[in-house]
Amino acid sequence: MGAQLRVYRRRMRSVKATKKITKAMELISASRIVKAQQRVAASTPYANELTRAVSAVATYSSTNHPLTTESENPRRAAVLIISADRGMAGAYSNNAIKEGEQLAALLKSRGLETASYLVGRKAVNYYRFRNREIAGSWSGFSDTPTYENAKEVADALLTAFLADSNEGKVGVDEIHIIFTEFRSMITQEAQAKRMLPLEVVESSTPVPTGLLPMYEFEPNAGEVLNALLPRYIEARIFNAMLQSAASEHAARRRAMKSATDNADELIKSLTRRANAARQAEITQEISEIVGGADALASASAGSE
Amino acid sequence: MTLKVAVVSPTQKVWSGEASFISARTTEGDLGVLPGHAPLFGVLVDGAVSIKVADGTTQEFNVHGGFLSVSNDRVSILTESAG
Repeated sequence: MGAQLRVYRRRMRSVKATKKITKAMELISASRIVKAQQRVAASTPYANELTRAVSAVATYSSTNHPLTTESENPRRAAVLIISADRGMAGAYSNNAIKEGEQLAALLKSRGLETASYLVGRKAVNYYRFRNREIAGSWSGFSDTPTYENAKEVADALLTAFLADSNEGKVGVDEIHIIFTEFRSMITQEAQAKRMLPLEVVESSTPVPTGLLPMYEFEPNAGEVLNALLPRYIEARIFNAMLQSAASEHAARRRAMKSATDNADELIKSLTRRANAARQAEITQEISEIVGGADALASASAGSE
Repeated sequence: MTLKVAVVSPTQKVWSGEASFISARTTEGDLGVLPGHAPLFGVLVDGAVSIKVADGTTQEFNVHGGFLSVSNDRVSILTESAG
């Protein structure tokens, strides 16, 4: 076998092995999207009820709660970025990180410092590589976030929010979240939203609340709000994490699908070239044999 | 007249159905809800929520904190964990 042919065959084998891996990852992601979507759907009733309750309390009570009042001169803002733990998901993590950069620039133009809270190894590595300060980071659960994970993140953010930002580098006056909204299997979009101070009813799909009833509050509106708002923030972070997880799987599936397609194409063109090389080899051998036979025949003819 | 009840946790809908009476413990004390109750929003403490289902059986849930909201004979019990 000629050297050229051997090289082509070796490359084909390696591309085929890669294709098997990407194909497997594509199938795994495809099955996980469905599960992730179901988890988003399962968390919706709770989130909707909470949103409804928060709107009701905010509408019918004039209580001033630290979580709903805007700071008069905000100095620091927290930005929570939700990214992936693993790569192989196309531009998924990059989009979220980029959105974060844009938001940071916007905040800077308003004269705010940013404190970065990061979820997912990709964002953490990005910030660490650039030697940026990280206020808090969590990783290891971007595939299947649990409510406990969301709670942990929410706790850290709320503690920072409730601390006074004028007294040092711990407090923040605003909290923004960047996550990837799962619109459909083909569309996912990185989004930046302000979480605190609260803008009640900011979800893109309005919760069908109907006419809000005049609630009686037990024990009273202020206490209810105290208990309700942290849960609301937790639920929103949890929802953002679940949506991001679904988006991550969708992005990975798409990336792996195009990788598999590319491998297919590569194998096709390599097969063509290998065939041509083999044919060239055969043609050369035949012409060598014919040439050799000719030479022999003419040599023996000359000797007679 | 029955109450439409839903017990929901962040990860799933734990239970839903029709009930005739609900008893739960809020920060102010025990509270019972019958059909026709005025709109109410209460903060629950750790403890049991018992639901008298329309068919006569009783459902008990141990809630770990949470909220109870009543409006137009629709009751939602929001809790972080129910068992």
